[in-house]
Amino acid sequence: MSAYSVTEPSKASKWAAGLLVALYTIITLLPLVWIISTSFKTGPDSISYPPKVVFEPSLEGYVNLFTTRTRIAAEDFAALPPPETWYDRIVRDQGMVIAGQSRFGERFMNSVIIGFGSTFLSIFLGTLAAYAFSRFRVPLKDDLLFFILSTRMMPPIAVAIPIYLMYRELGLSDTHLGMILLYTAVNISLAVWLLKGFIDEIPREYEEAALIDGYTRFQAFRKVVLPQAATGIASTAIFCLIFAWNEYAFAVLLTSGNAQTAPPFIPTIIGVGGQDWPAVAAGATLFLLPVMIFTILLRKHLLRGITFGAVRK
Amino acid sequence: MAEIVIRNLRKEFGAFTAVQGSTFTIRDGEFFMLLGPSGCGKTTTLRMIAGLELPTSGQILIDGEDVSQKPASQRDIAMVFQMFALYPHMNVRKNIAYPLVSQGVPRAEVQRKVAEVARILRIDHLLDKGVGGLSGGDRQRVALGRAIVRNPKAFMMDEPLGALDAEFREIMAEELRALHDRMHATTVYVTHDQLEAMQMGDKIVVMNHGVVEQFGTPQDIYDHPATLFVADFIGSPAMNFLRFEGSAPAGAATVTLGDTPIALPELREAASGSLVLGVRPEHVALSDSAPLRARIEAVEYLGTTQIVTLSTPQGTIKARTPSTLPARPGDLTGLVLNASRLSLFDATTGRAFRTAANAGVNHG
Ligand SMILES: Nc1ncnc2c1ncn2[C@@H]1O[C@H](COP(=O)(O)OP(=O)(O)OP(=O)(O)O)[C@@H](O)[C@H]1O
Ligand SMILES: [Mg+2]
Repeated sequence: MSAYSVTEPSKASKWAAGLLVALYTIITLLPLVWIISTSFKTGPDSISYPPKVVFEPSLEGYVNLFTTRTRIAAEDFAALPPPETWYDRIVRDQGMVIAGQSRFGERFMNSVIIGFGSTFLSIFLGTLAAYAFSRFRVPLKDDLLFFILSTRMMPPIAVAIPIYLMYRELGLSDTHLGMILLYTAVNISLAVWLLKGFIDEIPREYEEAALIDGYTRFQAFRKVVLPQAATGIASTAIFCLIFAWNEYAFAVLLTSGNAQTAPPFIPTIIGVGGQDWPAVAAGATLFLLPVMIFTILLRKHLLRGITFGAVRK
Repeated sequence: MAEIVIRNLRKEFGAFTAVQGSTFTIRDGEFFMLLGPSGCGKTTTLRMIAGLELPTSGQILIDGEDVSQKPASQRDIAMVFQMFALYPHMNVRKNIAYPLVSQGVPRAEVQRKVAEVARILRIDHLLDKGVGGLSGGDRQRVALGRAIVRNPKAFMMDEPLGALDAEFREIMAEELRALHDRMHATTVYVTHDQLEAMQMGDKIVVMNHGVVEQFGTPQDIYDHPATLFVADFIGSPAMNFLRFEGSAPAGAATVTLGDTPIALPELREAASGSLVLGVRPEHVALSDSAPLRARIEAVEYLGTTQIVTLSTPQGTIKARTPSTLPARPGDLTGLVLNASRLSLFDATTGRAFRTAANAGVNHG
């Protein structure tokens, strides 16, 4: 036997690999750590030079993110009763008073509704279509599948102007429904193709066994195929959500008030009362959370699914 | 339990015909074998009976009712798949219980039946295990459990032993047959293994290229093959074929092979042209004085018997003789063919001529 083993890497190469991974992790996480730490700094701390790594955490950024504030005359300010709540106090410490609620909460909810709504719709339609393409003799199947894929070939933004005009005509501009439909249209080709791959991997015998055991086609689909396809559905859902959640160009073009999502809104925070970096960082941090939570929740499925069904049976 | 009648059953996949007009009857309680080489349409036939595939034409009657266009879920048939198709996301208990759940059987009753089936199949200790880690034989038993748990009208089994290794096949084959003898459930069993079919079946249908070649008991099929294909497919070593030109009128009891007259069962129809005389190895005896001359080419010792390979003017012949009889390669000898066990085929159509011996046998 030679001194080298195929299965067990040498100590040195293990160290090298570990170092490489650690370095990579630091490089990737650094911006994230920076954003999150900035979101907990006060205004002055956030722009101090040299930058503060150790600082006293403050919720100023988050309070500013959710409120609008004004300065009032010095004598009026002095005459105010003491602040009633913790967030009142934080605003008062900046020499201002709360004027009202900001629109961040609303925009964030829009993102949630549109992001998850379009993900659900893409997955729902995608699973049914993928099942049909996988299991039934559909006339012109190959041509249809290619057509579905081809909707993805042009960058969506290339058709932005026609869509803008069309949406204005149809009254879909700046509506939740309009954005859900748009993101679903973009995502569905990906969903159908990915899911078809996953469903193709599931042996037909499972459903046939259920059919023979007295279940209808739909019951067999729901009770046997869906649980088997869970991995595929989870990973496809994450892809769809990430696209819909992060989409910026269409959101800027098609939404302004009612259905505006978080991505076009966050940059506008910067203008509200000077350069409020902690508030921007707080907005960015909160914006990161849902996709992270969603991915972590589905991680168990994802880890199996990322191999695209290659290891089952 | 039920009788299944198949009438002119046909299945086309586009331009390709997988099953062309099968007709046979599976009697109540029979262990029925669908036998044939790969691609001959066995699985397609079975799937049509189960309702997983709809026939292009023809009828399937279960207990007299035409079910050929009914969905599988309404036929009350159970099936054991070649790869078992156990639901991977359920444990053994749930797998076995699943057919009962679809019928809305009360929980307590489900538990009772599952326990009973598990006891019969000796898998009680596995009930709460996942199906992923089971051995081939245990998977097979779970698949069987899922089939027998609800007392269906009939069982369909598609090469159920195909995924097991050789040693285990024997055991499971015996278990299956024992289970059948105990339950007397009508069973349709697909296999391409002629030995398995002969050992286990009450009746056999032999198929080739989507055509039913013969239908009957293992013994009838072995002794009186209806076609050259069946004669060649069944039995090991295969039946010997002696090809010759000749003719014989109806009522004749001999044919002339070269110059030698050979006795055979009395012909019920006239035969002429290119003919094939079929004789199983065990019906060939060696006798130095016999007029049909042959030369010993090889001897294969099998314990109590031996297979002697001989060359004759009509081609190579194998004989199965007791291994106590002396046979040395190179020796010249004579052949005696057991007259009552011979078959005569038409070389062009492959069909066996009707004789006094095979008259009562069902031609496919
Ligand atoms: N869905 C289908 N579409 C097209 N052709 C098919 C289909 N199913 C089966 N066939 C063809 O029909 C023929 C018979 O297939 P079938 O599965 O019944 O064979 P089989 O006798 O079970 O063979 P095996 O021993 O290999 O399982 C084969 O040539 C097969 O390719
Ligand atoms: Mg088959």
